[in-house]
Amino acid sequence: MALLQISEPGQAPDPHQRRIAVGIDLGTTHSLVASVRNSVAECLPDAQGQVILPSAVRYLDNDGRQIGSDALRAQAEDPQNTLVSVKRFMGRGLKDIANADKLPYQFVDKPGMLAIQTRAGEKSPVEVSAEILATLRFRAEDTFNDDLYGAVITVPAYFDDAQRQATKDAAQLAGLNVLRLINEPTAAAIAYGLDQSSEGVYAIYDLGGGTFDISILRLTRGVFEVLSTGGDSALGGDDYDRVLVEFVQSTTQCVVVTPSDKAQVMVAARACKEALSSQDSMQFEVTLASGAVACKVTRAQFEEACKPLTQRTLNAVRKALRDASLQKQDIQGVVMVGGSTRMPHIQTAVAELLGCEPLTNLNPDEVVALGAAIQANQLAGNNPDGELLLLDVIPLSLGIETMGGLVERIVPRNQTIPTAMAQDFTTYQDGQTALALHVVQGERDLVADCRSLARFELRGIPPMVAGAARIRVTFTVDADGLLSVAALEQHSGVQANITVKPSYGLSDDQIATMLQDSFKTAEQDIKTRALVEARVDADRMWLATQSALQADGDLLSAQERIHIESLMATTLNSKKLEDAAAVEAATEALAKGTEAFAAQRMNRGIQNALSGQHIESI
Amino acid sequence: MNRSASNVIDAAGPLSAQLAVNDFELFDIPKQFAQDRAALDTRWKNLQREAHPDKFSARGTAAQRVAMQWSVRINEAYQRLKDPLRRAAYLCELAGAPINAENNTAMPTEFLVQQMQWREELDDATTADSLRNLHQEVLQTRDAALANCESLIDQTQDFSKAVQQVRALMFIERFVKDIDTRLDQLDAV
Repeated sequence: MALLQISEPGQAPDPHQRRIAVGIDLGTTHSLVASVRNSVAECLPDAQGQVILPSAVRYLDNDGRQIGSDALRAQAEDPQNTLVSVKRFMGRGLKDIANADKLPYQFVDKPGMLAIQTRAGEKSPVEVSAEILATLRFRAEDTFNDDLYGAVITVPAYFDDAQRQATKDAAQLAGLNVLRLINEPTAAAIAYGLDQSSEGVYAIYDLGGGTFDISILRLTRGVFEVLSTGGDSALGGDDYDRVLVEFVQSTTQCVVVTPSDKAQVMVAARACKEALSSQDSMQFEVTLASGAVACKVTRAQFEEACKPLTQRTLNAVRKALRDASLQKQDIQGVVMVGGSTRMPHIQTAVAELLGCEPLTNLNPDEVVALGAAIQANQLAGNNPDGELLLLDVIPLSLGIETMGGLVERIVPRNQTIPTAMAQDFTTYQDGQTALALHVVQGERDLVADCRSLARFELRGIPPMVAGAARIRVTFTVDADGLLSVAALEQHSGVQANITVKPSYGLSDDQIATMLQDSFKTAEQDIKTRALVEARVDADRMWLATQSALQADGDLLSAQERIHIESLMATTLNSKKLEDAAAVEAATEALAKGTEAFAAQRMNRGIQNALSGQHIESI
Repeated sequence: MNRSASNVIDAAGPLSAQLAVNDFELFDIPKQFAQDRAALDTRWKNLQREAHPDKFSARGTAAQRVAMQWSVRINEAYQRLKDPLRRAAYLCELAGAPINAENNTAMPTEFLVQQMQWREELDDATTADSLRNLHQEVLQTRDAALANCESLIDQTQDFSKAVQQVRALMFIERFVKDIDTRLDQLDAV
């Protein structure tokens, strides 16, 4: 699919050309979609007026499915086909899932990412997430009665490369054009920062359903600079529920065996936990296969039981402060995000540690989606004078395996992205002609303790004595926080590249197959739609090239110009055909043929901007 | 110190010449050790405002790629300029006196003795509080060494002595990291 972009810098698309861009918070327990309308970010409601979509998917007979509240209601009665909290399984193998035995699902252990057996077959967490994302996409398209230009999807700051890649795959599967993945705490800061035009250093404490993030940010004139980030991508409200269940089990000696039992105690625990945020005690009631269970739980008992969990979050806050080289008195304010921060003892603990009263004036459930919508609006080019700039960091160090199973760190954690870093390596044996590279992510020194992201090989190194080869390995992390790796032997020029996907992500082929499968059941006439889209894309590309030639045609030689003009003519002619593939091919040829020209123009633009900068900044 | 983004920049072809200016030229600041951190931060953000890929998200993959190269280069320069140790090493290198940390590990005896004492103190510490004093002491030593770097590089321009000082600082810096790691462990208990 060709990606087309038009507007010249500073030139706002006219109002009816406004691109529809949304922010999506794909949460563990619930998800939301928001968009900027009339300069204000707001969450979009469904037909019933609900903005929150429970992140639950139930697979029915005959390829049917329920998504959201309908699915959630069936959780106890149909536990094995009603999938909740799948975000915890994104980019994860079965061995990564603590307490898998407490969950009602039939897990299928697969290399890379686990799957869940349902009556509709095996479902990967990516597919389940795609169902949720597609539901939100349709909600947005219905709201605006138009196609979406693109979406910003939020991920926990502490998500590693595999989890981010899985999220991006899910969005692609849902037919979304991902403008950017951004970190949830950063999104929350945008929502707060722009509302209050705050300046200074802020901590964002984000305790969601299944993940915990802490980010320390500095805000200056629209720039959101992340100083450090930390957290735990497997710690959230679900764990507080689990602790509550354990408390009840040890008090009443009840046994939880069947999938329905497991699902029911999860539901009861959540209700009990939520009630304890506003009252001092609550009756935990559930009917299990072995009989009815009732147990009174006081708030004090609950808080005592989950102290270790809260303590883990506080340790992460201290560590993030140290990583940012800051003391707690440097923190101007702390923003609370995520439904779990409604628990009063969490607010007290954070206020005590950081010495300031937490900000809770925006709805902690909505704030992430709102921030993402503001960023999406700007990335879509709807707000060309926008000052907003995110300078985010990678949460976990990236490195490669060296002799003895040790990790050599190449990109340290908390490095501002985008970034590229390289390190030279050499061969271990005389005459060695190939090198196996194993890319890992994590803070530990042993490969076995880090997450394996990818393996690839550099072959064809000319035979040399051990230690003579100079292999430069470069890690590039883009603005989405996604990694690609390149290796180059410097004497011979032999090289190998990899976009990090194989061990944990889905291959492009797998995504293509899934997309086809999902289209089979779609109601719209895909063919017509594809042709219309292809023609619109062709128009955009043609217009963009036309205006580029007018603005910077002087950068081209006569020959280059003729070549580009012939590609433009081909694109224009292809539009007369009733063949989407032919139109796409011509558009893509034009895009490819103008890449070098686009690069030169960009370079001229940035250089002009940077030198203009000098004068401004004095 | 041997980390760089150079081969990413090589891939940019015609851009390489413009991207290859030294960090001080890129940031348009005097080539010296003494720098105003706040001014550096502002400059970095202003440069990123112009070059960050997000500013070109509506303009195509080629534009994104070029912006990314610039943005990476600006981040690389900023990382090196804002860290006093890396900035000192970089200035020595630009002056033709590379640090060569891997090949040259000879250090004065008294320095090594102090390092050993510190290591023992670190190993013996059992609580976070007992580490705070050591932490303070090491940070003070580091600040003094940095002040010395400034005078060697900016005033006397004695780069062979500056290289010695930078090497010592690298030991100190590594030790500071070890203390941090230990503090993490003690906090996590």
